[in-house]
Amino acid sequence: MGRNSGDSSGVTPYDFGGQWQPSSHELARRASRKKKNNRNAIIATLSSVVVLGSLAIVVVTSPGWKSLSDTFFAWAYGVEVLPKIILGFGTNVVLTLIAGSSVAILGLTIALLRTSRSPALTPFRILSTIYVDLFRGIPMLLVILLVGFGIPALRLQGVTNNVLVLGTIAVIITYTAYVAEVIRSGILTVHPSQRAAARSLGLTHFQTLRHVILPQALRRVTPPLLNDLVALIKDTGLVSILGVTDAVRAAQISSSRTFNYTPYVMAAIVFLLITIPLTRFTDRTLRKSIERQNAQGNA
Amino acid sequence: MSEVLVVEKVRKAFGSEVVLEDISFRVPVHTATVFIGSSGSGKSTLLRCINLLEQIDDGIITLDGQEISAVEANVDEVRKKFGMVFQAFNLFPHKTVLENITLAPIHARGIEPEQAIAEALELLARFGLKDKAEQYPDRLSGGQQQRVAIIRSLALHPRMLLLDEITSALDPVLVNEVLSLVRDLKSDGMTMLLATHEMGFAKQVADEVCFLHKGRILEWGAPEDLLESPKLPETKDFLRRVHEAGRL
Ligand SMILES: Nc1ncnc2c1ncn2[C@@H]1O[C@H](COP(=O)(O)OP(=O)(O)O)[C@@H](O)[C@H]1O
Ligand SMILES: [Mg+2]
Repeated sequence: MGRNSGDSSGVTPYDFGGQWQPSSHELARRASRKKKNNRNAIIATLSSVVVLGSLAIVVVTSPGWKSLSDTFFAWAYGVEVLPKIILGFGTNVVLTLIAGSSVAILGLTIALLRTSRSPALTPFRILSTIYVDLFRGIPMLLVILLVGFGIPALRLQGVTNNVLVLGTIAVIITYTAYVAEVIRSGILTVHPSQRAAARSLGLTHFQTLRHVILPQALRRVTPPLLNDLVALIKDTGLVSILGVTDAVRAAQISSSRTFNYTPYVMAAIVFLLITIPLTRFTDRTLRKSIERQNAQGNA
Repeated sequence: MSEVLVVEKVRKAFGSEVVLEDISFRVPVHTATVFIGSSGSGKSTLLRCINLLEQIDDGIITLDGQEISAVEANVDEVRKKFGMVFQAFNLFPHKTVLENITLAPIHARGIEPEQAIAEALELLARFGLKDKAEQYPDRLSGGQQQRVAIIRSLALHPRMLLLDEITSALDPVLVNEVLSLVRDLKSDGMTMLLATHEMGFAKQVADEVCFLHKGRILEWGAPEDLLESPKLPETKDFLRRVHEAGRL
C-alpha cells in the first residue's frame, strides 16, 4: 500500500484484517532501546552509590562525627521524647486546619473585594489594599509577638488571653494577606473576554464570578496555594514563642533539660513526614497545570 | 417590514478618543446587516455598545421598539435577547461543550437542567456536533469551537445575533464550516448584525452593508452596489486593500 515496511522478510506489517503488527525493524529498535535504558539505569545506580557512599564515609569518619552524632542523633533518647513531640505536633495540625480554612475564606473574600469595581465597595477596597501591603511586609514573628503579647497587655474586657487562640489569629492575619494576593493574581490572569462572553450571555456579575472566573482562577493558583499550605504547616511552629506547646516547644523543653539536640531533629523529622509528601503532590499538580495550559495554547 | 434593531445617532468615546460618531442604521427582521471597515474603525465597539457591554455617550438604541439604552433598562435581560459571538477566546475552557451551552439557559433563564441539556443536544445534533458534547473546548478545532460558540448563543433563543469577526482568528481551511453555519441561520430567518473581513461572505448573507471608517458610517447600501461599485475614495481604498491582502 505504497508504504515500505523495510521488513527483510518482505511481509507487510498490516495483515488483511487491518491489525497492526510491529515490523521486525521496529522490534529490533525496541530491543535496542530497552538495552540502552537498562544500561542507563545501571550507570545511574553505580554513580549514585559511589558518590553518596563516599560522602557518607567522609562524614562518618571525620573527627567531629562522634560528638555530632551524640548531640544530634542520639536515637534512643529521640525515641523516648517522640511521644511528647507527636502530641505537640497535634497542636500544629489543628492550628494548620483552623488557620488554613479561615485563611482560604478570608483570602478569597479580600481577593474578590480588591478585584471588584463596585463603587459601594470602594472603602473596603482601600482598606484591604492597605491591609495586604502591611502584613505582607512585616515578619510573621513580629505579628505573633504583637498579637500574642500585645493584646493581653491591653487587659481588654472579654478578649481572650489564650496564647493558642492569639497565635492562631496572628498566623491567620499574616497568611490571609499572602493568599489574597495569590488568588487576586489568579483572577487577573483570566482573560477579560471570558467575562465579556459570560456577561453577553446574560449571566449576572456574581454568576460570572461563580461559574466562569473563579473556577479558572483557582485552578491556576492551586500550585502556589499548595506551596503556601506547606509553608503554613511549618510556620505554625512559630507560635511556640508564645509558650504554646506544639512540636517545636515540646522539643525545646526536652532539649533544654538534657542539653541534647536530638529532640529538635525528631521534631524536624515529624514535620518532614507531612511536608515532603505534600511538596511532591504540589510538584505533580504544578506539572499537570503546566501541561494543561500548554494544551490550551495549542488549541 | 418591522425593525428589530434601531440605532440612532450613537456616539462613543474612550476618554478624549471618539470611537463612534453619529451612527444610525436599522436592522429589519430576518435580515443581516454587515459592517466592514479596517481594524480600529470601531466595529467591535459598536457591537459591544449594542450589547450594553459598553455605555454609549449619546444616541438611542431600541430593540423591538424598546429603548435598551435607557438608564433603567435591565442590562442582564437585554443581553439575553442578543446572541453575541466574539473573535476568539469565546468558550469557557473549564467546561465541556454541553456545559458551555447549558450554563446560561440554566442560570440566566432559569430553565430546568434536563430541559436545557435536551435542547442543547438537539442544537448540537442539528449542526453536526453531537459527538463533541462531552469534550472540552481545547480538544476541538478552532472552527468547531466557533460553531459551539454560535450554538451557545442560540440556546438563549436570542432575538438577533451579533457576530464580531468570528472567523478572523481561524485557519483559512476552517473558515468555511463556520460561515456555512451562519448562512444556514440566515436562511432560517435569523436576524443578525455582523462585523467581518470576508467580503465574499458579506456578499452572500448581507441585505445591507455599512462601511465604517474612523467611527463613522461613510457609505452604505446593498452588497452588490457597495462592494462592486463603491462611490467614495475611502471605500475604494479599503476594498482594494482587502482584495490585495486576500491575494497574498
Ligand atoms: N476599552 C477601550 N479603551 C480605550 N480605547 C478603546 C477601547 N476599546 C477600543 N478602543 C479603541 O477604539 C477604537 C476602535 O476599536 P474597535 O472597536 O476594536 O475596532 P475594530 O473592531 O473595528 O477593529 C480603536 O482605536 C481602539 O483602540
Ligand atoms: Mg474588532
